[in-house]
Amino acid sequence: MQSLNKKIRFKTDQQMIVLLISLIIFVIFSFTLSNFFSAGNLIAMMRSIAVLAILGLGMAIVVIGRGIDLSMVALMAVPTALVMTLVESGVGLALSIMVGVAFAIVVGVINGVLVAYAEIPALFVTLAMGLVLAGLGQVGILKADMVSWPEGMDPVRWIGGSNVFGVPSSVLVAAAMFLFVNWFLRKTKIGRFIYSIGDNPNTARTTGIFVRPIMVLQYVLAALIAVLAGLVMASSNNLMDTRIYNLSLIYDIILVVVLGGVGLSGGRGGVWSVLVGTLLVGIVFNGMTIMNFPLDIQDLFKGIILLIAVIVDSFLNPRNEETGQQGDI
Amino acid sequence: MKMTANTKATQFGMKSLLALTIAAVGTMVGVAHAQDGAIKDPERTHYYEVFKGKRVVFVPVFMGLDLTEGWSKIMTIQAKRLGYNYEVRNANFDTSAGVQILTQLLSEKPKPDVVVIQNPDVTSYAKLEKRMEDAGIRVIQLNMKSLTSTTGFAGADATVIGETQAEWVVKQCGPNTSRKVLILNGPTTAPWTVYMQEGYNNVLSKNPDIKVVARQSIGNYDSSKAKSITEVTLKQHPDLCAIMGVWDIPDLATGSAVKDAGKSGKVLVSTSGGGGEVACKGLQTKAFDHYVSYDVPGQGRDVNDLIQMALQLNDQPGKVKVAHYTPLSVFTQADVASHKCWTLDTLN
Repeated sequence: MQSLNKKIRFKTDQQMIVLLISLIIFVIFSFTLSNFFSAGNLIAMMRSIAVLAILGLGMAIVVIGRGIDLSMVALMAVPTALVMTLVESGVGLALSIMVGVAFAIVVGVINGVLVAYAEIPALFVTLAMGLVLAGLGQVGILKADMVSWPEGMDPVRWIGGSNVFGVPSSVLVAAAMFLFVNWFLRKTKIGRFIYSIGDNPNTARTTGIFVRPIMVLQYVLAALIAVLAGLVMASSNNLMDTRIYNLSLIYDIILVVVLGGVGLSGGRGGVWSVLVGTLLVGIVFNGMTIMNFPLDIQDLFKGIILLIAVIVDSFLNPRNEETGQQGDI
Repeated sequence: MKMTANTKATQFGMKSLLALTIAAVGTMVGVAHAQDGAIKDPERTHYYEVFKGKRVVFVPVFMGLDLTEGWSKIMTIQAKRLGYNYEVRNANFDTSAGVQILTQLLSEKPKPDVVVIQNPDVTSYAKLEKRMEDAGIRVIQLNMKSLTSTTGFAGADATVIGETQAEWVVKQCGPNTSRKVLILNGPTTAPWTVYMQEGYNNVLSKNPDIKVVARQSIGNYDSSKAKSITEVTLKQHPDLCAIMGVWDIPDLATGSAVKDAGKSGKVLVSTSGGGGEVACKGLQTKAFDHYVSYDVPGQGRDVNDLIQMALQLNDQPGKVKVAHYTPLSVFTQADVASHKCWTLDTLN
């Protein structure tokens, strides 16, 4: 009886709803749009959401631990552009990548320390950090906001700019990250601790979990994943456009994370949530591009889908008055 | 009476003779003087006096692009040479921040004499530009125009860029091809998009055989969007003939989508930009097949001339309205070697 109950509950959570919506839209598009259901188009679709998926995974780690990292897009753009600028100016590839990664780690640690030890809300810390990074990029460390892929970096171009048996490498990197983050969150002790911190930080501390260092680690991981996404994006697009910080990418990341059921209040969801969220966004955008819908309408649809998902979720998983958490009932 | 008249005439003659002599001697002294140095140009002193202490402000959509950095460098050089103050207030890709900057400039004391504005779209700044001119601040619009005409405009005629691109595409996509074309636009209300569309339409309406399979906005010149739209369209229409892009930087990604699909040289990419490094790199790496350049160094000179003019005008703004449309040039892969693509270091 209990197992049946569990089964039914599993079926009605946000992740399943979004998966169902995605499947329905997928089937409709497959029948109504010519060439939608073709290997070529599906690969193109996956490639277009690969970077978003990687970023979504990084964001998911932070959000599950009851935080948020709004500096992720800047963390993707500026360290990557720094690596490219260094290589272009003649610094060795390995050293440049180390400098870029170290830079990202430092920013991640600052984010984490300010949130975990200074107890400043993550929203403010990371928003400010994103602005600082973008500003640093503009006035200091980068020569131009647009850095094109230098020839010196061709040894690592495979990361996002090649194909393995017809599958773009960016999709493979995203898939590998799915496996890694899933393993990290589900199988490692620290991963489980992140869930418990997200669920209730005070309880987690009482039970003896090192809450603050783990929170710092979340932001460092997000920063590292952002740099990886940046390298994939730059090698795929042949340039890193740091203006991307000003575009709406950060909302898209939050969209795919929340859409799939990673609750912003922490402790819920996982990599599958990110996967279904990204798939839905990918399918809808791909279909609308084929139908030649204007971009503004695509954004409108995106907003409506998010609203529906959030509303349905709050009906199915009402807020528990005692813990203030959604889905505890 | 007659005598007196005669005497007067003689006296007058004597006087004029004297004056003539003095003038002649004066001239000779002058010539002698000129021989050891130079003649004073009467215009000069006044010219240099005019600029002293004047204030020119540049409000770009976004610094850090090859276009804005290039213009700004050229404007800085002239400001230093002529001794007026030049400053940049960056709107940072945020229209409301731009509106705020302009509003503040209106109330600042001392108020700026000339404001050079790059409009993010055709309407947002239009009213403010009129208010600035009414308040005595001359407005020069740079490359991206609003619906208001002001003292000066220097920039490319986006409609002609569109026409040039479309004419080339029509020529390339003859009866032996699919005649299918993809159009990638900028932001929906950006002057660039709106005026360029007009150019595309002017040509395409005369060539009904050309089939526009999709007309998509790539948002705020977003490279990733350009790439993913191109990928999807190529899957839908593998026989696509050409792509008309809006700007060189995002179109590098358009070109790389074409390359990834193994269709370089078969699906042609036409784009436009300031003729900087990106232009040459794009053509050399075969990301672009056709490039319409609006020559940033030339535009820099044009805007500098307009600033000089605006600072020398004395009457109320609104009486003089001058437009300098940039002469465009076309680069292709075949002739890329003969073009010099500028970089920030070569501008001086």
